[in-house]
Amino acid sequence: MSFPWAKHYKPSHPLMVWLDEKLPLPRFVYNAIGGGYPVPRNLNYFWNFGVLAGFCLVLQILTGVILAMHYAANSGVAFDSVEHIMRDVNWGWLLRYAHANGASAFFVVVYIHIFRGFFYSSYKAPREMIWLLGVVIFLLMMATAFMGYVLPWGQMSFWGAKVITGLFSAIPIVGEPLQQWLLGGFSPDNAALNRFFSLHFLLPFVIAAVIVLHIWALHIPGSSNPTGVEVKQESDTVPFHPYYTAKDGFGLGVFLLGYFAMVFFFPNALGHPDNYIAANPLSTPAHIVPEWYFWPFYAILRAFTADFLFIPAKLMGVLAMFSAILVWFFLPWLDTSPVRSGNYRPLFRKFFYLLVIDVLVLGYCGGSPAETKYVLISQIAATYYFLHFLVILPIVASVEKPQPLPFSITEAVLGTDEAATLSGASTAA
Amino acid sequence: MVRIFGPIVGLFFAVALLWSFGLGAYQIIREPEPSTAVKDFHLAPKEAKFSFEGPFGRFDNRQLQRGFEVYSQVCSNCHSLKQIAFRNFADLGYNEAQVKAIAKAWPTKAKTFDAKTGEAGERDNVPADHIPPVYYAGTGSPPDLSLITKARHEGPQYVYSLLTGYADQPAELLKKYPESKTPDGLFYNPYFANLNIAMPPPLTTDGQVTYSDGTPATVDQMSKDVAAFLTWTAEPKLVKRKQTGWAVLGFLVAATALAYLSKRNIWADKH
Repeated sequence: MSFPWAKHYKPSHPLMVWLDEKLPLPRFVYNAIGGGYPVPRNLNYFWNFGVLAGFCLVLQILTGVILAMHYAANSGVAFDSVEHIMRDVNWGWLLRYAHANGASAFFVVVYIHIFRGFFYSSYKAPREMIWLLGVVIFLLMMATAFMGYVLPWGQMSFWGAKVITGLFSAIPIVGEPLQQWLLGGFSPDNAALNRFFSLHFLLPFVIAAVIVLHIWALHIPGSSNPTGVEVKQESDTVPFHPYYTAKDGFGLGVFLLGYFAMVFFFPNALGHPDNYIAANPLSTPAHIVPEWYFWPFYAILRAFTADFLFIPAKLMGVLAMFSAILVWFFLPWLDTSPVRSGNYRPLFRKFFYLLVIDVLVLGYCGGSPAETKYVLISQIAATYYFLHFLVILPIVASVEKPQPLPFSITEAVLGTDEAATLSGASTAA
Repeated sequence: MVRIFGPIVGLFFAVALLWSFGLGAYQIIREPEPSTAVKDFHLAPKEAKFSFEGPFGRFDNRQLQRGFEVYSQVCSNCHSLKQIAFRNFADLGYNEAQVKAIAKAWPTKAKTFDAKTGEAGERDNVPADHIPPVYYAGTGSPPDLSLITKARHEGPQYVYSLLTGYADQPAELLKKYPESKTPDGLFYNPYFANLNIAMPPPLTTDGQVTYSDGTPATVDQMSKDVAAFLTWTAEPKLVKRKQTGWAVLGFLVAATALAYLSKRNIWADKH
């Protein structure tokens, strides 16, 4: 589906005409990311991050597939096989650093993409399905990243796996047998490492499949935009190609500059030094911390220190940590304001910025040692996190007086719109 | 439904968190967390500058060779370096004959096993061999040093500080934390995570190592050289990485500038 003014694919070369009759793949691409997809003309640079996330996935799959050719998923040799890649495989150090930092880059990009969604309420009708699929992608990414971090079989790999799989033991009655079944043992070892490797290889392709659905769902209503006003007319849109291919090309260049600066000059800045120590089940690291992109959720997990209504603290932590993401599934129905963009919602905007700070505070606490002061701070921050989504958003939606919206995207960009002036709906000059 | 159950769930978590917060805060007011000897006396690594730092950093091969001399004459008695093969020493500027000689003269021999007779034996190392593991007869095995500078925060500075940081326990520490007296057989070192390290001071006297390039082998110099050497063992591709980085960033700056101009050109009539 598309807007009636969308350009149509017209192959001119006989070969392309022939191909279009047999397998209209070029037509499909043209309508998906070519001239056949009309996109609001007013997208700002926050709309670059979807394409960047897709790029990161491709980058991770390419580097990952080659790394898998040299890596050995056996707890006896995994650590040394990673060092073999770093030292003896041609450009192996580049592949590994590109993959390790690629995971961080992927999460940076996706977090910005998600918070773009929060600010502009991209989850609202008619785009709920795009949002739901996006949350599924994020959950798959977290599982993939967690299992990938276990593969080098360093100290943090091992102890991180032990802590996170230990969460299953919080489930009443079936928890411990379930944990042992998932690990293939009482503690992470060769069986766990092998299945993590298998799943770490599989899940990115599942992510790719869900991304196809995500983009398919996007093409039904079309992209949202910073005003949140729906497309009304042809002058509101431009064809994806060349306008947004050019803009995404520039965005990709800026992204790659930052990414490669990390890969070549600070490749270990985001990793934990303990992961350069081979896994040792007999020696527990002083502080077990996950990778930075899990810190906010890790802080929520650790924030529950007391049993509550006969529910053990550990189970509360696990429930809350998963709920912290699951709550995103319900956003389209929690935030009922008819106005989408945060630009026209003064009260919502204040709470949005508070949420950004709140998540940063949670992240800081999650990456810090489990000392009382950090736990106390994360308890307050986690309280706000849940109240924000589940209590504040519904209230704000009903009490807030939004600012007036522009008549159309064209008016928002050019300051005036023929259709608006003719109908007398707006007197903007 | 969502608007009824949502706030209930939200308030449930909020109350549970505030309950935890209240109990935790009450606990900390009643009994503040005691300070510990580690909190008060552990030190961050000393400042030390190395040639390989910074975006244009390069290894100083003469320093690496001196560091190798410290490792082979002192550290290698107890610490293995299993990620390194003798052939890798060519990177330090040794020629083929020198690498062969280093391998042949290495005191720990390569272990052999004859699958037919079941007899174990020994032979001289060759350049293709990795440095053989050290079987240490003391209590516990000292860590492998191949990756030590990447396995610690500020690794090179850490190694340098640890080697030069042995001291007597401060009287102040003993007064405040009498129970934290360094146990017999351990050594006080404020740069070590728990302040008491099992390794006796390895570099104690100037001139302990004979440098083949004539540099005066002070304890400070030896510590710095071996820290540089262990940075090379942890990241032998460091220089190539930084050089490649400049080429990649240079290309990207040009490509991004072109992408920006083309974007501006395409959008010229749409703003």
